Amino acid sequence: MEQRTGKTFFDKIWDFFASIKFAIVIFAFISITSIIGTILEQKAEPATNIQILTRLFGESIAPSLYTVFNKLGFMDMYHSWWFVVLLILFSANIVICSLDRLPRILKLVKEPIVPMKEEQLKRFVMYREIVLNGKPDKVKDAVSNAIKSAGFHYAESKEEKGYQFFSQKGKYSRLGVYITHFSILIILMGALIGVFFGFKGYLNLPEGAVANEAYSGMEKGIPLNFDIRCDNFDVDFYGRSDMPKEYKSWLTILKNGKEVLKKSIAVNDPLTYEGITFYQSSYGLVPNSLERGIFLFKVISSNGKTSNLNLRLGDTFEIPETNITGKIIDFSPALKIDKNGQAFTYANQMNNPAVYIDFSESGNHTFSGWILKRYPETWQLPGGNKVEFIDYWGVEYTGLQVRKDPGVWVVYLGCITMSIGLFIAFFMSNRKIWIKIVEEKNNSKVIVGATTNKNRAAFERKIDTMISTLSKKEGVK
Amino acid sequence: MDSSFFFGISTMAYILAMIIYMTYLAFKKIQIGITATTVTIIGFISQTLALILRWKEFADLSGMGFLRSAPLTNLYESLIFFVWCLILGYLIIEFKFKNRSFGAFITPIAGLVLAFIDLSGVSKEIQPLVPALKSNWLLAHVTMSFIAYAAFSLSFSTGLMYLIRTTDRRNELSYIFWTITLGIFVVVIIAMGIDLLTFKVKVRPEVFVKSYLFKTSFLNPSSAVKILSWILSMVTLLIIWRYGSILKTVIEKFNITSELLDEITYKSIAIGFPIFTLGGLIFGAIWADQAWGVYWSWDPKETWSLITWFIYAFYLHSRMIRGWRGKKVAVVAVIGFMAVIFTYLGVNLLLSGLHAYGSQ
Repeated sequence: MEQRTGKTFFDKIWDFFASIKFAIVIFAFISITSIIGTILEQKAEPATNIQILTRLFGESIAPSLYTVFNKLGFMDMYHSWWFVVLLILFSANIVICSLDRLPRILKLVKEPIVPMKEEQLKRFVMYREIVLNGKPDKVKDAVSNAIKSAGFHYAESKEEKGYQFFSQKGKYSRLGVYITHFSILIILMGALIGVFFGFKGYLNLPEGAVANEAYSGMEKGIPLNFDIRCDNFDVDFYGRSDMPKEYKSWLTILKNGKEVLKKSIAVNDPLTYEGITFYQSSYGLVPNSLERGIFLFKVISSNGKTSNLNLRLGDTFEIPETNITGKIIDFSPALKIDKNGQAFTYANQMNNPAVYIDFSESGNHTFSGWILKRYPETWQLPGGNKVEFIDYWGVEYTGLQVRKDPGVWVVYLGCITMSIGLFIAFFMSNRKIWIKIVEEKNNSKVIVGATTNKNRAAFERKIDTMISTLSKKEGVK
Repeated sequence: MDSSFFFGISTMAYILAMIIYMTYLAFKKIQIGITATTVTIIGFISQTLALILRWKEFADLSGMGFLRSAPLTNLYESLIFFVWCLILGYLIIEFKFKNRSFGAFITPIAGLVLAFIDLSGVSKEIQPLVPALKSNWLLAHVTMSFIAYAAFSLSFSTGLMYLIRTTDRRNELSYIFWTITLGIFVVVIIAMGIDLLTFKVKVRPEVFVKSYLFKTSFLNPSSAVKILSWILSMVTLLIIWRYGSILKTVIEKFNITSELLDEITYKSIAIGFPIFTLGGLIFGAIWADQAWGVYWSWDPKETWSLITWFIYAFYLHSRMIRGWRGKKVAVVAVIGFMAVIFTYLGVNLLLSGLHAYGSQ
């Protein structure tokens, strides 16, 4: 920053925001508070964080520390006013620093490249000198070809004792840094659009239920302007383990009572309708409904007769074309059989649904047993009949994350801009080259001077190859 | 022959290479240097084979197709991939700058990481993927993050070497900085090594951190041991501080100029930073948007990545705008890598959050 005399108040403010000290202070504040925010669990129960503080600082001061941190908003700090202010100051710093330096860089970009004097070229860090056979008029074409094959569009000027070629490449690459800075602002803008015009909520939708609002925190429901129905929910497990492989919900969107969209969603594969996106995020059992679900059975008799049945706990069904009947008398969402052959329920989720059925033939009890959804070998009954346990429907809910964020495309645009900006800033450079041919005792002295703002070594290698081809072609004196 | 066979070969090759590189430093015989490079390359090739095999094993087991079966889904696999990137980066530097001495610094890191995998209870099993990890973004996000981590660790080693080489007064701030950094590093490694050897338990790393870490030293129930550990640590720090100049003479023998060290530090960061931004932050955000419905949720992993990004951005700015060279920026590069370590391991092992996959 240059020192100006008679600074106005505005200049002082400007200089303050553009100063590197200010940047460091903001950066330090954001980092330190963020670190605290990662240690304290955000939006958690007070007990959780008191416990964390106790582990770190001991029992005596943890409660009072908690009160202090809580008052300062650290329990939900990324949404606190002061953190938002820090982010705004950070953007202000980026904008003002960029604007502060932009005129100089623009001047550098706009400035046309002009011929140089020999003494000037000699002062360059990248400087080469050779003497080629023959007068400048003879070597001129070879030199211009060399500069062309190095990828430069050159300008030429006739000089007193010879010629000069000069050229530059990638002058706009100097703007890469500004594109990157600008992209940060685009991203923050997209985030703001999301905050003001979007919402984040959740919706626990039981199988068969319809909803028209989503929820977020304690507030009232957020209206969706359409209805969403969960037709089915299912979890796939890895082999016979309890590790979920995939959870899937079959959803239907209804507008004014009419079905307009049907889609099954899974983690990493959401559904979007009218700008609102539904993400598969969790699942669970609907409270107090475990006994009220519907069993979906496909019953196949030994001679191949099939019937699909919807049954409830306590119902009796028939195997077609036989006089065998079955009565559903017990159910477990997660059945396990211990060493003594005793059946018990081991989880509060539908990990391994099973039904206990009493079978009778012509009214006489024949046998009873567990039929498990995940174990097809239990479907087979003595006598060649089969009861396929398809689903126990209506007891699970699907946990959906509901989001509307019109700013997300702005954020993505910012990300693309940032990638382009970084690519330009790191992998492209502004290279300038001057080649002067001066007649010297009927031969030509060729002077090369060059500058670059990045990766000098690579440019230097290129120049050296250029010179060695030239000298091979024309012969060195 | 399965992947673990080739992983075994590569582990042995890297440890052997470490010894040969050190011998090379001592005797400066070109043949020894060539042997060291050859052994490293053999290790690298067999590790590459191992990675491909493991990838195939994973794809066969999960039946998810090749793109989604990248073996990068837990701590073991990510550490292996990190070592692979690191060795690749080192080999590129060796060929580009025609300097071998640096190998004596990199192969020990590879060896330490692999030894850590073997000694601790990091699970080597191929684990089925949780639904959130089943995405095409896994490959892009995780590979690029680790390429960046490897680039940053290269910049850390050169940055540290730069500091060791250029500081000479014991009361100089940057001298105190590097001796303390190196000292803490050494103390933590030794303390962890003692824990691992004493308890000989094979448990998941986060269980280890919770129930065993430093229990033989700083967190020992007996206060005598506790005090002794602290005293010994202080003594270690003091020794490193007092005799740091010996390291300096060693590094001076490397025939790497401090300018070259500064340049490699800068170049590694200049490559790591854009890759980290794109692969780690941007791809991560896009994936999070798809899987969780939020592109940024201030979860600890995200926040720490951002802090890391800030530190390296600061490095680049201070170099470009302020024209800082040498010691000051080297300090920033070293601090940046501490943030990387915390982002990679610390967050998973110490903090909770959405990104819990890496600790299994």
